[in-house]
Amino acid sequence: MNELKNVNYGTAIRQGFQYLMENHSNVFTIGQGLWSPWYVGNSMTDLDKEFGKERVLDTPVSEHACTGAAIGASLCGYRPIVIHPRVDFMLLAVDQIVNQAAKWGHMLGGQARPAVTIRGIINRGGEQGAQHSQSLHSWFAHIPGLRVVMPASVQDARDLLIASVLSDDPVVYMDDRWLYDLEADLPLATDIKLDNQGPKIIKQGKDITLVAASYSVELCRQAAELLEQQGVSAEVIDLRVLNPYDPNEIVSSVGKTGKLLAVDGDWRTCGYAGEIIASVVEQLDKKVIARRITLPDAPAPTSRELENIYYPKVDEVVSAALSIHNRV
Amino acid sequence: MTIPLETSLHELADPRRELEGIEVTQYSQDELNYFYKTMCRIRTVEQVLAQLVLDNEVKCPCHLGVGQEAVSVGVSHALKTTDYAFGNHRSHAHYLALGGELEQLMAEVFGKVTGCSKGMGGSMHIFTENSAFKGAVPIVAGTISIAVGAGIAAKMDGKQAISIAYFGDGASEEGTFHESLNLAGIYNLPVLFVCENNLYSSHLDINMRQRGDRIARFADAHKIPSRVVDGNNITEVENAARELVKIAREGKGPVFLEAVTYRWLGHVGPHENIDVGVRRSREEIDAWKLRDPIKRLADAMVASKIATLDDLREIQVEVDNEVNQAVIKARNAPYPEKSALLDLVYA
Repeated sequence: MNELKNVNYGTAIRQGFQYLMENHSNVFTIGQGLWSPWYVGNSMTDLDKEFGKERVLDTPVSEHACTGAAIGASLCGYRPIVIHPRVDFMLLAVDQIVNQAAKWGHMLGGQARPAVTIRGIINRGGEQGAQHSQSLHSWFAHIPGLRVVMPASVQDARDLLIASVLSDDPVVYMDDRWLYDLEADLPLATDIKLDNQGPKIIKQGKDITLVAASYSVELCRQAAELLEQQGVSAEVIDLRVLNPYDPNEIVSSVGKTGKLLAVDGDWRTCGYAGEIIASVVEQLDKKVIARRITLPDAPAPTSRELENIYYPKVDEVVSAALSIHNRV
Repeated sequence: MTIPLETSLHELADPRRELEGIEVTQYSQDELNYFYKTMCRIRTVEQVLAQLVLDNEVKCPCHLGVGQEAVSVGVSHALKTTDYAFGNHRSHAHYLALGGELEQLMAEVFGKVTGCSKGMGGSMHIFTENSAFKGAVPIVAGTISIAVGAGIAAKMDGKQAISIAYFGDGASEEGTFHESLNLAGIYNLPVLFVCENNLYSSHLDINMRQRGDRIARFADAHKIPSRVVDGNNITEVENAARELVKIAREGKGPVFLEAVTYRWLGHVGPHENIDVGVRRSREEIDAWKLRDPIKRLADAMVASKIATLDDLREIQVEVDNEVNQAVIKARNAPYPEKSALLDLVYA
């Protein structure tokens, strides 16, 4: 594989699968829609033709058993990736993810680890409504034993997938269809250790700290450019790894700026934005002005007028950041 | 033409009716002694545990399978250490029958670091590194699909290993049971499904939960070959398991064994739970005790002059000593370090 120019996010995910299946013979993938071009965007196109239907398994409509099967295979030396084309349907497998995968290692004394990657695809907008639009990463990040990653960049789309699959722990990897058209150049792929990955500053600044994961990072990145034009220097931190959560980068940034805006594409109550703020406030003695932007605490609507006010937008991030910045 | 599904277990589920005696002629003396001793070991461990719970020395929930010993011992005899077996909440017998260390099981139930799960699991979460027993956890039906996944691994490895899912009749009411049968079937996986049908969920009689008490009817629906056996007859279990395992090992897909049995004690803990079950009665328990799998094997061994009563008593004495030693060691062993609480969350 050579360095690649102008790769989009969806293709980068596919590059991750390709790298893993070429270099690690114990990797296979299982889930609904893997033999169909319309199920998982361009993120897995023709993998079955390249690596064979024995390593790319399309499945019956059985989220629970397929996830359990991936866990079982992972306990016997394989590194499966189980695909859930929508997070909403992945909830049918929550028992296997939360009761089994997350706890297996701990409850059996660390002697066996399900090295399974559970890929959940977030697929919002388009009037799809309450049962086709959820993300729920805060839920999954709540569970000790699960690692939860959310790539926001093209390179992370590939590299966090590689790191997830090579981790000895169960990992929930969540990608967002709204990011699939992002483009960037991709350096050569290599094996990556997930242990060494964590929140990362993607734009430096001195006036305010913006923290987000996944698509919300894109909102913050664009907001930071607009803020710059208004003379406000925003530091943007991409969480990347939500669990286990390492707040150090964020704490030191807010230590510098004193101002924090957490932007999260999940619900507010018991959500990740609250966790970000709490983790910073409890570690800093200085005064911190903190706000959060989240989804409203309501199921996703279908009607376009309601959908339009449901998802946070760049201008909301800009005006929230300005209102914090202007407070003394 | 439609063939009606057989839904009833008939005399297998009715302890007032007499079953055939145990046929031992096809087995060597060593094999029969092994069956007898292993069943005695399992029963003694569980009876001792029941007493330790009564004495308040063991606190973790213990789901005891006294009366069901023949199933695990019979099935395990058909397996290899390279197979992958997964259990459930009631898995002491699965663990011991597959060669799990008795001392480590006892220590685990005591919550000690010398236990088979390093003191992190207790009775309900048990594991072995070196036998086919790859783990038991108590969410009902939780390991059925995990065993199917082990079947995927076994098929990919191509070394004729098989996987085994142990579950009870209650688990057959969970949706994932059907998902798992279907998945194993459509992928043609080498999985042995073992249903220990003891006719009760935690408290409800099977006839109050299902229209039919024969669980193998679900295997029929998925076109999976099955055998329904007297689960208190060790050689009948062993024969059926061996026949089914051969099919799975030869790559001919999943197989299903239903072993009809009965637990003498309640769902969890040391009591008979006559007052807990809606139908469970003193008469029923007493009738089932006449089908005691250990006594039936002993009778057959004595009748065919393979062993004398004294020989069998000697085996029981050996087992008693072994179990007593394990209890003493477990009592004296240390608890896990406090650091284990956080250190074991991630690899």
